Amino acid sequence: MFQIYCPYCGEKRDEIEFAHAGEAHYVRPNAKEQAAMSDEEWSRYMFIRDNVRGDTAERWWHQHGCNMFFNAIRNTVTDKIVMTYKMGEPRPSEAKIEAARKAQS
Amino acid sequence: MTNFRKSGRGGVDRSKPISFNFDGKVYQGFEGDTVASALLASGNQLMGRSFKYHRPRGVVGAGSEEPNALISVDRGKGRVTPNVRATTQEIYEDLKCESQNRAPNLKFDLGAFNNVFSMFFPAGFYNKTFLWPKSFWDMVYEPFIRNLAGLGPAPDAADPDVYASSYGHCETLIIGAGPAGIAAALAASKKDGRVILVDEQSQMGGSLKSTPELEIEGQRAEDWLTKSLKALEKSENVTLMTRTTAIGYFHDNYVALAERKTHHVPAAAIGKIREELHRIRAGKVILAQGGIERPLVFNGNDRPGVMLASAAQTYLGQYGVAIGNEVALFTSHDQAYQAAFDLADANIRIPVIIDVRDNVREDLVAGCEQRGIELMTGSTVSKTSGKLRIKSLEVFTAKTDGKRTINCDALIMSGGWTPSLHLWSHSKGGIKWNDSLAAYVPDVANENAVCIGACNGDFGVAAALNAGHKTGGGRKTYATNEIDFGTGVVLNAMPNYIADTKQKAFVDFQNDVTEMDIKLAVREGFKSIEHVKRYTTNGMATDQGKTSNLNALEIASKAVGKPIEKVGLTTFRPPYTPTTFGTLVGYRDGELFDPTRKTPIDPWAEKQGAVFEPVGIWRRAWYFPKDGEDMHQAVARECKATRDSLGIFDASTLGKIEVVGPDATKFMNLMYSTSWTSLKPGGCRYGLMLREDGYIYDDGVVARMAEDRYHVTTTSGGAPRVYRHMEDYLQTEFPHLDVWLTSTTEQWAVIAINGPNARKLIEPFIEGIDLSPEAFPHMAVREGKICGVETRLFRVSFTGELGFEINVPSHYGRAVWEALFEEGQKYDICPYGTETMHVLRAEKGFIIVGQDTDGTVTPHDAGMSWAVAKKKKDFVGMRSLRRPDLIMEGRKQLVGLLTEDPKTVLEEGAQIVMDPNQPRPMDMLGHVTSSYWSESLGRSVAMALVRDGFNLMDTEICVPMPNENITAKIVKPIFYDPKGERLNVV
Repeated sequence: MFQIYCPYCGEKRDEIEFAHAGEAHYVRPNAKEQAAMSDEEWSRYMFIRDNVRGDTAERWWHQHGCNMFFNAIRNTVTDKIVMTYKMGEPRPSEAKIEAARKAQS
Repeated sequence: MTNFRKSGRGGVDRSKPISFNFDGKVYQGFEGDTVASALLASGNQLMGRSFKYHRPRGVVGAGSEEPNALISVDRGKGRVTPNVRATTQEIYEDLKCESQNRAPNLKFDLGAFNNVFSMFFPAGFYNKTFLWPKSFWDMVYEPFIRNLAGLGPAPDAADPDVYASSYGHCETLIIGAGPAGIAAALAASKKDGRVILVDEQSQMGGSLKSTPELEIEGQRAEDWLTKSLKALEKSENVTLMTRTTAIGYFHDNYVALAERKTHHVPAAAIGKIREELHRIRAGKVILAQGGIERPLVFNGNDRPGVMLASAAQTYLGQYGVAIGNEVALFTSHDQAYQAAFDLADANIRIPVIIDVRDNVREDLVAGCEQRGIELMTGSTVSKTSGKLRIKSLEVFTAKTDGKRTINCDALIMSGGWTPSLHLWSHSKGGIKWNDSLAAYVPDVANENAVCIGACNGDFGVAAALNAGHKTGGGRKTYATNEIDFGTGVVLNAMPNYIADTKQKAFVDFQNDVTEMDIKLAVREGFKSIEHVKRYTTNGMATDQGKTSNLNALEIASKAVGKPIEKVGLTTFRPPYTPTTFGTLVGYRDGELFDPTRKTPIDPWAEKQGAVFEPVGIWRRAWYFPKDGEDMHQAVARECKATRDSLGIFDASTLGKIEVVGPDATKFMNLMYSTSWTSLKPGGCRYGLMLREDGYIYDDGVVARMAEDRYHVTTTSGGAPRVYRHMEDYLQTEFPHLDVWLTSTTEQWAVIAINGPNARKLIEPFIEGIDLSPEAFPHMAVREGKICGVETRLFRVSFTGELGFEINVPSHYGRAVWEALFEEGQKYDICPYGTETMHVLRAEKGFIIVGQDTDGTVTPHDAGMSWAVAKKKKDFVGMRSLRRPDLIMEGRKQLVGLLTEDPKTVLEEGAQIVMDPNQPRPMDMLGHVTSSYWSESLGRSVAMALVRDGFNLMDTEICVPMPNENITAKIVKPIFYDPKGERLNVV
């Protein structure tokens, strides 16, 4: 069971308080964009995910805590959560992720 | 009975004799004995039969790695534990246990015919043999395999024992209390921070218990151990846990420990906690799991009396038991000489030491000479004999082609040592191949963890002590008088003059996998070790190949012709040793399995004798039987009473979410396909919620309480996921909207009043609301008081009758209910349950999301295009509704079904076909989603999802059932009062 740092609570808590919520940074197109999207483009937004081998950005929900959604960088090979950040912040740079990884080990 | 107990040896308490029962016979042992050591002390080597061939087997090891000696421990009904290792089960007075895999008894076993025909049971035998003819599968093959499969008896009653679970925290968790673990704990105890030291055995000490005479720092090992454990007991920051197995190592140093609390005490302990699962979060984990000796793979290596050298050492050192009077050693490694010397020094005759190597270290040769032990180098054991116990062995010397028979009553073997990487691998620590050890050793850690001592490849007591001490922060070096651990060899093939095909050289004792099987698997094209494992089942038994994996790997790598590190190692998975379901379940059994949510009105329903059903985790009144009615009769009565006069229903489980804020309407417009803009405060509207993929997700009536406030209801089971869905969109996609969401499911009790007399019933209790049809029309909400309690009163109907849903604060729910029920006697008020609610709504064709829809149904499929706003620019699911597959003709659509015979009630879930006489497999058109007897209509009604259903109105279809083909007609899914006139009775 992971221990996950909630960027809103500022605390590391047990995974049992959280729920995983899929890959991060897939922004929902607005009405105008949706109207302009082909079926192909829309299905790519809906159904296709990167599912990378390595660092992935994913959403977590602090369901039994502060009720906030946030993002995490997790390595799918080592299955370690490298860092977490608030919703709305961009995906951290490689350098930032590496620094977080270093600080961890 | 011969006594193999050695006086002056071992740590068992000879002043405390214990008798126990094995296979119906009484045996004697002493406190501190295991079943295995006590049986060996009585001269009994035979302890089990093997899984596939039913070959007689004795113990191979002395710990939890034991593959052969599996027993069932019988503590009475529901308390039979199968597959317990005789080497770990401590004896207690009147312990009752039995051997397994034999019929009628251990010495004479009918299943052993498999052994005679074993040439017909090679690897993959089942896969190859039971392929055809197809019709044989049900009648012949499956019963045959079922009969053979399974290890030990399955339980035949629920487990009545009590199990516990707890959480723990420490700075340092040390797993394994051998020399390395104890030294680490001693050093760590002198620093700050909590230390937990766990060991799976009844006493700490690990290998030190097997070698009490060894000298550590000039003291006897036994004395050093006693002193060290006393020091640890005294340390306030140290917790010692025995009989506790670390079964799994999970993320962020989260380790599961299974403690056997009362396995070693008499049956009188029934009622006390049997096992406890400790979940420990540790700052640092020190793995001192030790190593496991490897058996040698040679012809006849599974005969009772053939065991690991270290096991013999343990039986002597820890239990004072000689495993035989004439014990030969067969080895390929230096370290095993120590075991032979220990036995010789206890006056056990060692007739011969057979070493596969041509040259043996001088000090070992000298040790043999000194003890008068004959040493045969460059030799192997070519066969063994003896029916239920080894009587003799044959030594084969390849160089001279010499064969010699030597009598013995036990044979100990050693192929070197394998570090125990199990938990390290659970933690995803890396491993690397070490050529000189011929084993994998830990590489890079993935957690804050370290392996020390034998499990790190640092073998020997001194090395273990030093590693432990250093890890704990110490600087001392320990000295011992043990022989140098030395080296060993791994032979390409065990030289033997007997043809391979005539040999029985076992690799995995528990699953009966031989060297031949592994070679055969490779010959048949299995090159990956994971495939070889599954094809041969090597390492897949309850011991997970603790003694066999590396031998199998070596044999496979030679057969494949690749170096071992290129072949790879199979994956270690938790649990480390077999774990009972009870331990994993802990307290969460029976009523504590899952919380049961009850409404405030639930106790009233219980008093009325309601029958309950689970709905999600809610417990809901299903129906209220009267005077011995069955469900059918009760539901018919409840339906009729509601339609004729008045019904009362507890709808408190409805999910409720309060949506508040200046942007509440904007948000609701995005979350629902329904439009909310035109809904005025005081109005209600049916809301349909879609997922982004366009399928129906949830539904419910929504009331607009004010410009900026909505009282949303959801399905009873859907409340949590709808809330999450809303929060998710609000926080991540629409954070610009100023809206607050609050789950209010538990805040409101909901009483649904339905029937022509509904208004008359509530009128006298209402304050501040004009109930007249003009002032309070259908689909409206008003705030006021009922019975003096504030209420949100909905005029809605899920039955088609005039209806009200009375929301009151939860703690007033029962009082209001009882007041209404009493007044309702005037109208023969009838409490009804969920079954009647379902019938009444089905008569009206109202859907239940999740029953009439299944996650692939669009609003159009459900005949609810009217609930999708046409003018909205955006809502969740809108774009997907234009996907080609979703607008395609001929999708499955929700229709009504009327059976030809009105008395026939279809089965929910039944498949629908057009022509029952078509060839199989038939073309399935869809399935029945809801089906009930309608008392009001005097016939059955049903709903179904049918391919192209809207275009098949009035078509006859067929529902084939095992005994009949039922004919039904497709109709519109509304059966009762299609014009909705009953809503408006005055």
